[in-house]
Amino acid sequence: MKEIVVLSGKGGTGKTSLTASFALLAGSSAVVADCDVDASDMHLLLAPVAEREEMFYSGKEAVIDNEACISCNRCLEVCHFDAVETDGTLYEINSVNCEGCSYCERVCPVDAITMKPSLAGDWYVSKIRSGARMVHARLGIGAENSGKLVARVKNEAKDIASKDSKALVLVDGSPGIGCPVVSSLSGANYIVIVTEPTISGLHDLKRLRELIVKFRLPSGCIINKADLNSGYTDEIQKYLKHEKMDMLGTLPYDEKITSAMVQGKSILEEPYSGSETAGIIREIWQNIQFKLGLDGE
Amino acid sequence: MKKPMKIAIASGKGGTGKTTLSTNLSALWAERRQVTLLDLDVEEPNSGLFLNGTLVKQETIEKFIPVWNPDPCRLCGKCQEVCEFNAVMKLGTEIMVFPELCHGCYACSDLCPNSALPMAARPMGELNHYRMGKLDFIEGRLAVGEEQAVPAIKRVKEYQKQELPDSELIIMDSPPGTSCPVIEAVKDVNFVILITEPTPFGLHDLKLAVETTRGLGKEMGIVINRDGIGDDGVERYCSDEGLRIVARIPQDRGMAKTYSAGKLIYLSHPVMKEELSRLIDFLEAL
Repeated sequence: MKEIVVLSGKGGTGKTSLTASFALLAGSSAVVADCDVDASDMHLLLAPVAEREEMFYSGKEAVIDNEACISCNRCLEVCHFDAVETDGTLYEINSVNCEGCSYCERVCPVDAITMKPSLAGDWYVSKIRSGARMVHARLGIGAENSGKLVARVKNEAKDIASKDSKALVLVDGSPGIGCPVVSSLSGANYIVIVTEPTISGLHDLKRLRELIVKFRLPSGCIINKADLNSGYTDEIQKYLKHEKMDMLGTLPYDEKITSAMVQGKSILEEPYSGSETAGIIREIWQNIQFKLGLDGE
Repeated sequence: MKKPMKIAIASGKGGTGKTTLSTNLSALWAERRQVTLLDLDVEEPNSGLFLNGTLVKQETIEKFIPVWNPDPCRLCGKCQEVCEFNAVMKLGTEIMVFPELCHGCYACSDLCPNSALPMAARPMGELNHYRMGKLDFIEGRLAVGEEQAVPAIKRVKEYQKQELPDSELIIMDSPPGTSCPVIEAVKDVNFVILITEPTPFGLHDLKLAVETTRGLGKEMGIVINRDGIGDDGVERYCSDEGLRIVARIPQDRGMAKTYSAGKLIYLSHPVMKEELSRLIDFLEAL
């Protein structure tokens, strides 16, 4: 079983639209995982039908019982996150600030503080129209531990793939380079980066590349909207060559991708399936399969 | 306008134009008055690519983590027991600290009966403070491989309070998403501008951002970027929810190209300048 993670560093480069296209091309031989749990959008194109739904508890949050509290201020003194608030008599935890470290609970002399598990989100196992299974999630508003939910989604997808003898796990990752991205890298065989020829696209590509090198993972790059700025497209290509990264292909700036999105479709579907962009996406997918030694169709 | 005025520019979805709006709005507003812009998207800080200022100050952002001192340690395992984040572990006759997992709560260090885990500073990124005319620009930049954005965001906000305590107008370019880094960026502002694009992805993520902003009890206004693409879903949602659309930036390949080259758009596109001026008037009247 191989695992491909699609990342972008910068948001809005077309990562999710492309991953959804790859998911459809991979057909029922893949398990798809949407690990962009913060702002997951892939379901809008793949219309997954849920077969299973689970709640995800992660982390804790302190609660103070004011009946038992003796106003000793110990909790206030030890908290490094300004999460304990008081008017002098009543004490309360600011749940936005609370990190769930339990330090206050441990030092409270009268056991007035308890740690409650916090609901971080929900995750689902669903079926999409290619016949493949898709694992996706919804992170609770303002929830912490998105990295752990990413790990949960990914592990579930891998379990399904190994149980059903699927050849591929295809992961849509988060933007950025922080904890949800790091969490999506573990166990990957190949990283596909979707970038754009802008000053920010290149800047973020370099930071993402630096992270991937730390994990010693092979990676390749797709330049989306390549005709927007040919100077930056050239510069990105030079950078890829210098870094010995695979150049997987360039795509034009094509508003048909947005038109397809409005219809809840990928650009590979009617009436766009004959478009130039759709053709290039199929070629890119073949390139990726070749790099990974997967059998193409 | 209330003073000091703190405005966050946020979005659920990435790539909707937060940085474009933050830099163009700040630069244009700074033609009228003193502005401080904080780039709190510390994982991918991009505002600085569009602003050419003089570096005023640079510092290392540090976080405090425990460091094991084997001499006084009796290997009692208390540190491992109190750590909720698996950042401290007793392995055989050693205590291992995993700095990327540490949240800096001090519990292991303070509760160690033998003071064998003193806290020490560890670099996790850098802060750069630039100045151009009436605009002060401060960016936080997470070191690659560091996972926790929140402490870096906190430091940038703290730096502004220490070094520029008289700032009357502070604009914050926030990270994308709806989880802890965004909350940290947005929690103490007076007004939130949510920027979105009129597509199903934009709408879906806007709804999450609106819920988050409401959850924090903040007032907000919506900016539609790339106006003209997609569909009318965002428009209808805003009118159903009573959300005020405070500016519209039209879809324009020329503007996208100006952006791609790292230039401020309003300088060469009058439409952008007009929209931003109206937005500034609106914000000044708050």
